[in-house]
Amino acid sequence: MKKLSYALIRCAPILGALLFFCTLPLYVRSDYILRVFVQIGIYVLLTSSLNIVNGYTGLFSVGHAAFFGLGAYGSAIVCTKLNLSFWQGLPTGMLIASLAAYVIAKPTLRLKGVFLTLVTMGSNMIIMLVFLNWDSLTGGSLGIMGIPMPEIFGTKFLRPLPYYYLIIVADILVIVLLDRLMRSRFGLTLKAIREDERAASCNGINVARYKTMAFVMAAVIAGAAGSFYAHYYRYISPEAFNFTESFIIVTMLAFGGPGNILGPVVGAAILVGVTEAFRAFADYRMVFYGTLLVLMMIFRSKGLLGGREYSLTITWPPVKKTVYSKGDRFLDTEKEENDEPAAG
Amino acid sequence: MFLQQVFNGLAQGSTYALIAVGFALIIGTLRLVSFCHGEIFMMGAYVAFTVVSRWQGSLLAAFVVAFAAAALLGALVEFVGFRLLRGASRISSLLVTIGFSTIFLNAAQLIWGAQTQSFPTDIDSAFEFMGIRFTFIQIVVYAVTICMFILLHLLLGKTKLGRAIRATALDHEAAFVMGVDVNRIYSFTYALGSALGGLAGVLVGLYYNAVYPAMGGMMGLKAFSACILGGLTSIPGAVVAGFFLGEIENLAVAYISSGFRHVFSFAILIFFLIFRPRGLFGRKDSIR
Repeated sequence: MKKLSYALIRCAPILGALLFFCTLPLYVRSDYILRVFVQIGIYVLLTSSLNIVNGYTGLFSVGHAAFFGLGAYGSAIVCTKLNLSFWQGLPTGMLIASLAAYVIAKPTLRLKGVFLTLVTMGSNMIIMLVFLNWDSLTGGSLGIMGIPMPEIFGTKFLRPLPYYYLIIVADILVIVLLDRLMRSRFGLTLKAIREDERAASCNGINVARYKTMAFVMAAVIAGAAGSFYAHYYRYISPEAFNFTESFIIVTMLAFGGPGNILGPVVGAAILVGVTEAFRAFADYRMVFYGTLLVLMMIFRSKGLLGGREYSLTITWPPVKKTVYSKGDRFLDTEKEENDEPAAG
Repeated sequence: MFLQQVFNGLAQGSTYALIAVGFALIIGTLRLVSFCHGEIFMMGAYVAFTVVSRWQGSLLAAFVVAFAAAALLGALVEFVGFRLLRGASRISSLLVTIGFSTIFLNAAQLIWGAQTQSFPTDIDSAFEFMGIRFTFIQIVVYAVTICMFILLHLLLGKTKLGRAIRATALDHEAAFVMGVDVNRIYSFTYALGSALGGLAGVLVGLYYNAVYPAMGGMMGLKAFSACILGGLTSIPGAVVAGFFLGEIENLAVAYISSGFRHVFSFAILIFFLIFRPRGLFGRKDSIR
């Protein structure tokens, strides 16, 4: 019983968020607001997945929309040509995105810095060109129409509400899993690679393998987001997955703060919210994003949440931290509680 | 027929070479890859378009104004993305250039509209020489490119400024110690590289008789491909690689298929990145 209550306290923020978002439709009865939340949810998935690559592993990919698009097209093609349902299209989209990520990542992750950035950008363009030119499969520039909506126990998703619940569950699942994962051995390895690739490889880490894993993992999540996108809007065209889309994801991540678990959520929520609030100025949207990114880099280059790591759980019962002193005292358990080093 | 294609490719290649040379100059001196080079190229084309179509200026005026405008934009990007971010990580600078590319692209769409516009020129004469058809515009493209290369060669090789640029590219700390105003050199180099890009934009706009906002994105990647092919920081390498890329693309379009014309240059790019990252003429440690 005690253990259970402790566990509940530890997970209180997660349960609180779950409760809040699940009861939100009770107070907010507008379909429009729910649609905005669904859009935020899609971008949270995309930005969180990019965070694995750009934030934790320290690579710099600017072609994430390619995997988003592959997930969307994979799922849509399977569903329209083979008459499958969303629940079969979703894993197909994820599988296709992850395979493409593996094929792209395997030979190119040996490249460093800006070369890798270029290859991700180029592969985004190539994948977009394939969507555009492979008429028989992807419908060319017309895109794919009439993608079936998801259904559960025979009930079709007609209103935004079920989509809302679906994306909320997916978001919280992904965020909690990533939070756990990034504090596991795997996550620490990725951070070690980010901090110093050579030192990491000296400590016996197979750098290329871990980078590939991070890349494929990000692509799987982006593929899931793409599949959801396709079945939510029920129409996809190549323009939705071009470099501009990648740029939006990169901006959201840079705005919120890469390398921590809440940065993508904050970035996606604020940027989508602002975009919706200023619908009337939709033409100036991308200019605004670009200016925001430039200003962000000048004044707060680590993003809004600024390079700290946040935890989703509370440490309970509270433990005294052991702090190694800097002076002649060896161990100091009482004082200097606030002296813990800021995690980078 | 084959020779005709070769000469067409030469015109296309010279625009590639021009934009790639500007790019190589920037990378070599600032050690910074600029992702907004293609957009500056596009802005150059649009400025020239405005001069010719709205202000009824001459072609020469268009070249001069586009050159100056692109140089100004380059200086702006350098100031924000490089001088203000001197202490920050390289990724911040990269993000700033990506941000600027989006700003330029969308600003152009807002100012001039997203549609393709034709470049009004009153010169569309052509003549035949030894069975090969040359248009007057092709001659202009060749002439401007060759003039620019000669001027650039003289500037870098014979003047004090050129020597300062080369010294900064080699070792900016040593150059600083020797009394070179490194900040000014960075600014000047970025502006010069951008101006060459803007000039290439005018040539491409003239040659294809079309300007549209998205023309820069693909061109920026082509310039990058040419630079990597030529060894990233090597200026002669960028020239040769630009011509090479133009020829390959033209011949591939003529003899294989036009739908996937961009795929060829990317295939070359990715092949080189994987198997010979230092390019045809590059030093082993030209950039990290």
